[in-house]
Amino acid sequence: MKTRDLVDLASRNLREAALRNTLTTAGIAVGVASLVAMLSLGIGLQTLTLNRLEGTGLFNTIYVYPKTNRGGRGGRGGEAPDEARPGDIKMLTDQTRKQLAAMPHVVEVFPELRFTADLRYAGAGHVTSAASVPGTAKGTGQFDSVQGSFFSSESAPEAILHMDLAKQMADEAKIQPADLIGQEVVLRYPQRKPVPAAPNQSAADQAANDEFGMGFTIAPAETKVKIVGLVENEQAGPGGLGGVRILLPLQFVEQLNAVQGSDVRSVVQSPDEHLYTSLTVKVDDPKRVTDIEPSIKQMGFNTFSLFDATRNLHIIFTVLDLFLGMFGSLALAVASLGIINTLVMAILERRREIGVLKALGAADRDVRRLFFAEAGVMGLAGGALGVFLGWAIGKIINFGINIYLHSQNLQPEKVWFVPWWLVGAAIGFSVVVSLAAGLYPAARAARLDPVQALRYE
Amino acid sequence: MNDTQPALEAKEVTRHYAMGETLIRAVDGVSLSVAPGEFVALLGSSGSGKSTLLNLIAGLDRPTGGAVLAHGRNLAEMSGDELAQHRNRTVGMVFQAFNLLPRMSLEENVELPLRLAEAEYDMRAGRVRESLERVGLGARMKHRPSELSGGEQQRASLARALVNRPTILLADEPTGNLDSHTGEEIMSYIAQFNREMGMTVLLVTHEPGLAERYTHRQFYLKDGKLSNGLQAGGGAA
Repeated sequence: MKTRDLVDLASRNLREAALRNTLTTAGIAVGVASLVAMLSLGIGLQTLTLNRLEGTGLFNTIYVYPKTNRGGRGGRGGEAPDEARPGDIKMLTDQTRKQLAAMPHVVEVFPELRFTADLRYAGAGHVTSAASVPGTAKGTGQFDSVQGSFFSSESAPEAILHMDLAKQMADEAKIQPADLIGQEVVLRYPQRKPVPAAPNQSAADQAANDEFGMGFTIAPAETKVKIVGLVENEQAGPGGLGGVRILLPLQFVEQLNAVQGSDVRSVVQSPDEHLYTSLTVKVDDPKRVTDIEPSIKQMGFNTFSLFDATRNLHIIFTVLDLFLGMFGSLALAVASLGIINTLVMAILERRREIGVLKALGAADRDVRRLFFAEAGVMGLAGGALGVFLGWAIGKIINFGINIYLHSQNLQPEKVWFVPWWLVGAAIGFSVVVSLAAGLYPAARAARLDPVQALRYE
Repeated sequence: MNDTQPALEAKEVTRHYAMGETLIRAVDGVSLSVAPGEFVALLGSSGSGKSTLLNLIAGLDRPTGGAVLAHGRNLAEMSGDELAQHRNRTVGMVFQAFNLLPRMSLEENVELPLRLAEAEYDMRAGRVRESLERVGLGARMKHRPSELSGGEQQRASLARALVNRPTILLADEPTGNLDSHTGEEIMSYIAQFNREMGMTVLLVTHEPGLAERYTHRQFYLKDGKLSNGLQAGGGAA
């Protein structure tokens, strides 16, 4: 029998016992909905967690440190310091920054600039730590909860204050912390200035100045910055801004030429060019980290990344999805018993019809395929309905969760996610389970003796 | 197909059933031969084995012993699929109980053998109409069997048996559920198919009068055995 005829006859048979078949199909739909609901919850949580983690920039980031002939920064974050030979020093220069930025899949390279600053407001000074923030930090989610706004540009003389500092300043000025937003404050900081060569200084002396870090002086400097935002949370860890109370735009900080306290030795190594204590390399996809990190190491630098942590998270979520899928499949297993029951009932009811079909020339194979098609049509319809139900349940639960999150003053989240592949896989799985459930009834129908069937009343 | 070959042939055909410890010999060593275009009747009382023999010839059942040949091909040597094809293309069957599918219209009932034969879609409608018009039901194509009288249902059943243009028509008591007038009408159609289309017809009936009026030869079965090979009426072939 041609497939079109088979589907037509199967659909006709299903319509004949509409109530029973609709209930069976509804059973499959509930099973599929349960499966879809469970898996989409797992996928949603996975997506949410990974997006959040990747959004922090930790997982598509490689931290690059100079390789020195001693321990220290090179070993930061768990990377063992190399047993470098004396004199085997590879510093992070502007040239390095350009080289790294030119690498494929690298979207951004920026330094970590930290310095001690004195923020003066209402006649009082507040000595604390200031740090640069790249413009891309806005999209990482780190500043989602900023009160006020993010920097208007990378070179704007603007500051975002940590709430601890803001409260202290506000208390002293007897205002609310939020009132600081829009205020202009004075930032005092130690500025690095090259020492001009003395008129009678020999070239050898000038070189000695450079070599021993005597080629610049540190002078107090000040500039005005406008407070644009306040943040509560503190991003600690590699590349984070733990302990920092004043956040400033990266390019603005670079123009300040502030002395950084983190590694004076490397800074003073060559006063004529920028040396960085570390560079942060952002790549377009966390998966690229494994390709790019070894290349940077080959360039002679120490590196650190957290990519392995995401790989482990993927494994954990895969196991979670597997368990959720197994629990979700239980309802589908029960529904498959409904299919068997329905089709066995159909054989009893349509015994004579099967006999007639065989008398008219239906082979066992045709009868088997007909019952298979009926099981398949129920599986397909139940699968499609189940996916819709699962999606609708997800929407409702998502809606409920977001109402709760809103009541807790939290950002709305998408904890329920039904990807397209799940739609196809759930319907496919439903059809396969239904066909498997139809195996026994189909075989039984095919084996029916036409002589007995035609005699049956 | 060879015209000198019998359309149907049974050679020492037996069909035994075990019922508990008792062996039922439904058909017991029957041999007969039907020439192409012949119209023969298989007569006998209830339980004589005539329907069992018809089922063996139709390929719905397999004999315990002996051989059934249709146009020289031994049904016992056919696979399940080949037997299905034999039922679909070589023979057409009509039953006492009509056996139309009640949820289908006449048109759809008649189309069933074409579906099973995987006939091309564009030729089906014409064949269905032609078959139904041949039995005078051209105007009732969209009707369901329940909307038809017994005679009309049996005519529709005849149309279904004809639609694949088989060479052999097997009729199992086709008038058994009909009044005598309608029964005559059905027999006239069958005789017409035999005469005009050259179909070989094997009619199972327990009405000797009907058989004698319409068929060329009659076989009598008693307790599964052929009681006499050839009866009055002469050979048609």
